Amino acid sequence: MPKTIKTPISEEVARSLKLGETIYMDGVVYTGRDEVHIHALEYLEKGKKIPVDFKGSALFHCGPIMKKVNEKWVAVAAGPTTSSRMNSLEPQFIEKFRPGAIIGKGGMSQPTVDAMKKYGCVYLAFTGGAAVLAAKGIESVSGVEWFELGMPEAIWILNAKGFGPLTVAIDAHGNSLFANLSAQIKENEKKARAKLGLKT
Amino acid sequence: MVSETDVQNAVVELLRKTVVKLPKDVEDTLRKAYASETDEVPKMQLKAIVDNIDMALKGNTPMCQDTGVTIFYATVPKDCKVDVAKGIVEGVRKATKEVPLRPNAVHPITRKNPGDNVGERHPYINWKIGDKDYIEITVMTKGAGSENMSQLAMLTPSQGLNGIKEFVLNSVLRAGSNPCPPTILGVGIGGSSDIAMKLAKEALLRPINERHKDPEIAKLETELLEAINMLGIGPMGLGGKTTCLGINVEYAYCHTASLPVGINVQCWAGRRGTVRIHPDGKVQYPTHER
Repeated sequence: MPKTIKTPISEEVARSLKLGETIYMDGVVYTGRDEVHIHALEYLEKGKKIPVDFKGSALFHCGPIMKKVNEKWVAVAAGPTTSSRMNSLEPQFIEKFRPGAIIGKGGMSQPTVDAMKKYGCVYLAFTGGAAVLAAKGIESVSGVEWFELGMPEAIWILNAKGFGPLTVAIDAHGNSLFANLSAQIKENEKKARAKLGLKT
Repeated sequence: MVSETDVQNAVVELLRKTVVKLPKDVEDTLRKAYASETDEVPKMQLKAIVDNIDMALKGNTPMCQDTGVTIFYATVPKDCKVDVAKGIVEGVRKATKEVPLRPNAVHPITRKNPGDNVGERHPYINWKIGDKDYIEITVMTKGAGSENMSQLAMLTPSQGLNGIKEFVLNSVLRAGSNPCPPTILGVGIGGSSDIAMKLAKEALLRPINERHKDPEIAKLETELLEAINMLGIGPMGLGGKTTCLGINVEYAYCHTASLPVGINVQCWAGRRGTVRIHPDGKVQYPTHER
């Protein structure tokens, strides 16, 4: 039985998660992608308060499709976006705001892996494009902040229930499934080049 | 007589069908890939994908939250008197609200989002004059994760066929886990810089189980697909047998001194749809009839 973790995530829980493990998530999840990273760090620099507390939170790289039904927001489709776009800002974001988990797709670069190790945060991969499956794990939407950034870029406050499956793709000890795989891909590349009649 | 409103309504329905349901060739290939993976991680990724396909269809919901930018290809009869462009634009506006589509279109510099997927040169329409009496509109709803991995190379003629293969292979390696693999690749060879990119995208309109009619090009498509699936990038870049679902190549004659190659990357959700609007008002969706 895969385990379910609940937000907020303590450093201890984050550090207990094993690379490659499948988990599900319950509790509050915040969406945040390009513009949220840019704005949150700008606010911090200017000494302004941001509208949510990311400490121990699950930050979801996601720009959902939301619909208002009877004055309430409902998540229609809410899969992950490409995390690597946040590579340049994530290490600083983790240092300053201390989320316990980042949910996304495609993995993140070494500086983020290092920041996750230092501050006790994990990267959880959700299947890209599986947006209806993701929405099924969102029980309700409690609100939205920074809506003026546009629907995909706002901070959506989601209440997750059995959200997943999520794969621990970067653990809080400096290990990454993506980095591990890259050596294998380099080896495989030789075979692919030979197949195409290219110099190896 | 077909009116602008008929075009608008047909486009709304076309967009709904396109974002909810995959063309048969893509769905079948994904299901085959799911059956063929043996390791736990890629199997789980593809299970999430096929489950999601079923759930989207059942709930009449967009399969992915990134409903993309809407790229249109319109073929109109030469005596067409309907304002098809206006029908398409208003159809996109209406579909954004009703389907709903995510409001993705923003000003490229200010990043301001008008909220209705309509703006300067957006949606973009590629035009053709056809020899049939009906209006045919094809749309590709193109997500950014895959589109961002597109590449252009202005190779030299001496780099030749091997240069093309090298460029395709390197593009897949560079894209890695980012474009939501298993991907579909559109490759445009020749023409000029813009034509190679245009052909790369148009190549994605062909079903992935149909090879190019030129046997040499067909051989290149098959060879590239086999080689790329040896890389082991796998579904979502987490490892596995299925990195690419299909490769379609299109070409055009080019200048004797150049060899442009364009690559357009499509995520697993290879969403494309076609509607035909006949003069008697009959509307058909050939990509979504099953």
